[in-house]
Amino acid sequence: MSDMTLRQWLLTDAPTSRRHARLASLYKGWLSLRSNTMAMFGLGILVALLLMAFLAPILAPHDPYAQDLANRLLPLGTEGHVLGTDSLGRDILSRLIHGSRITLYIVTLVALIAPLAGLLVGTIAGYTGGWADVVLMRITDIFLAFPRLVLALAFVAALGAGIENAVLAISLTAWPPYARIARAETLTIRSSDYISAVRLQGANPIRIITKHIWPLCISSLIVRVTLDMAGIILAAAGLGFLGLGAQPPSPEWGAMISEGRRFILDHWWVATMPGLAIFTVSLAFNLLGDGLRDVLDPKDGGQ
Amino acid sequence: MALTEDKGERHPRAPLAPWLRGTLVTLGSISVTMLGLLLVTFVIGRVMPIDPVLAIVGERASQSTYDAVYEQLGLDKPIIVQFLYYLGDVVRGDFGMSLLNARPVSEDIARVFPATLELATLGTLIGVFLGVPLGVIAAVRRGSWIDQIARVVALVGYSMPIFWLGLMGLLIFYGILGWVGGPGRLDIFYQDIVPSRTGMILLDSAIAGEWGVFRNAFSHIVLPASLLGYYSLAYISRMTRSFMLEQMSAEYVTTARVKGMSERAVIWGHAFKNIRVQLITVIALSYANLLEGSVLTEIIFSWPGIGSYITTALLSADMNAVLGGTVVIGLIFICLNIFSDLLYKVFDPRSK
Repeated sequence: MSDMTLRQWLLTDAPTSRRHARLASLYKGWLSLRSNTMAMFGLGILVALLLMAFLAPILAPHDPYAQDLANRLLPLGTEGHVLGTDSLGRDILSRLIHGSRITLYIVTLVALIAPLAGLLVGTIAGYTGGWADVVLMRITDIFLAFPRLVLALAFVAALGAGIENAVLAISLTAWPPYARIARAETLTIRSSDYISAVRLQGANPIRIITKHIWPLCISSLIVRVTLDMAGIILAAAGLGFLGLGAQPPSPEWGAMISEGRRFILDHWWVATMPGLAIFTVSLAFNLLGDGLRDVLDPKDGGQ
Repeated sequence: MALTEDKGERHPRAPLAPWLRGTLVTLGSISVTMLGLLLVTFVIGRVMPIDPVLAIVGERASQSTYDAVYEQLGLDKPIIVQFLYYLGDVVRGDFGMSLLNARPVSEDIARVFPATLELATLGTLIGVFLGVPLGVIAAVRRGSWIDQIARVVALVGYSMPIFWLGLMGLLIFYGILGWVGGPGRLDIFYQDIVPSRTGMILLDSAIAGEWGVFRNAFSHIVLPASLLGYYSLAYISRMTRSFMLEQMSAEYVTTARVKGMSERAVIWGHAFKNIRVQLITVIALSYANLLEGSVLTEIIFSWPGIGSYITTALLSADMNAVLGGTVVIGLIFICLNIFSDLLYKVFDPRSK
């Protein structure tokens, strides 16, 4: 099948199968996303980040943990150390490249845990209704009313510092908005005819929720996750900066800023470079999230 | 957060006035939320890997001393009783003793809190006075260069780690240009000159008429407050813009224009008037966020507020202090949330 006909096949108004229809609508979404320059810019950065994390051992010019005290705090543009070295003589560029793995690891875990937890709570509350709804939504409201960073701090304090606990703490403070969204979607879906039809056929509630309600909640959750990614990255970096996330010598970007902070006035690049990395990645997520919202959720976009 | 109506409950048709019923529901909702907060901090305090008794008596205490303190802390009681004790303590404003300096946590918090309040208030003021006009202009001149600038300002604000921006600010304005005072609230030379009345140095020095101290304090607060103000501005200008866009496309605006009203009168006299309530709720939320967001800022600027207090306590495993600070910030956060919700209900006739 040549490119042209594939394009026509994807843009057809009369899909021949369910898969065809799904692919066609994905393709149309992609076309509309592609026309959004800023969103594509963000996507480009994120693809680059993925590649960087994947190829880190090949791309990094040095071992990110190798100390070289003779060459500590070298400035930018030194031969062999393009972004200079930190207080222990470690190559900053190599540490940044390896640090992208940690950032992606944290973001991916939170982006899986928080929406799933929210989906579970929201759909159960929305579908069962009654007391379960009242109780679950009250718990959600309580968590929504909490100051997020401070609560995450307290959680990490109780659980102990470390990446996994930081992930857990951020997820614990991030799930309530997803539960709200999922519940709202469930309430509209629940009373529709096809759900009644499935129910009359004898499907049990678990099957209805997982097979018929979850798939319809996914797209609004995805938009929200993408928009939240930047916040997750900033929260993780903040915990790392406070010494509560990734522990040294791990090249986590927030922890690197914290290390460089002591030399900020004389050796500014040590703290500046990881900050730029955090900024770039969270900017990319914000740009992509805005674009995705316009594509998947036209009623909120465009303003 | 929204105060959900209690749809699950079925009241017999009690002759309750609607306002009374509304107040009761709100009060109930407030107390449930606060109870939830305390439950969470209580659980955090219980699951932590630090033995609270050992932290007080030390490693070498005899078994009998250990048992005595164990009982004194109420740890031999059932967990639900312990929680009730905890509730009672918090209601009386008792967060226990700090393990670090053996002083009541509540006194420590009362001492450091004004510093945070001063910072967050100034930050919010900056955010409001720059953010609201920016948002209004961006909405009125939609698509113009000023709208683009407002968009970029907000986008950068949402994407920049606040602690890093603070470091860069220190580097540029303090390290290189020398325009502002460095970390801390005052230079050593100016410390302890004015008596502390409110705990907010700008106010205290103004009351005492010590303008040298005032100037010095201002040079120290201006950078962290601008930093917080920038984040508040990013949020407030975005919200103002979308509120205004909604109003500007309404029919009464067209009517006012057709009547020949000046554009200025249409914007500020009609459209802006209608977004005031929404704006105040946004400002209250942003204020709450700044109280919390000041945690990282305070560390960068060695600002002796509640954020520094919590993190210092955290690093020395002083759980009473951490949880006390969390409860205080949480309660203020909840109150501001509820305040903005109530305001909305009171002033927006449509919600009645």
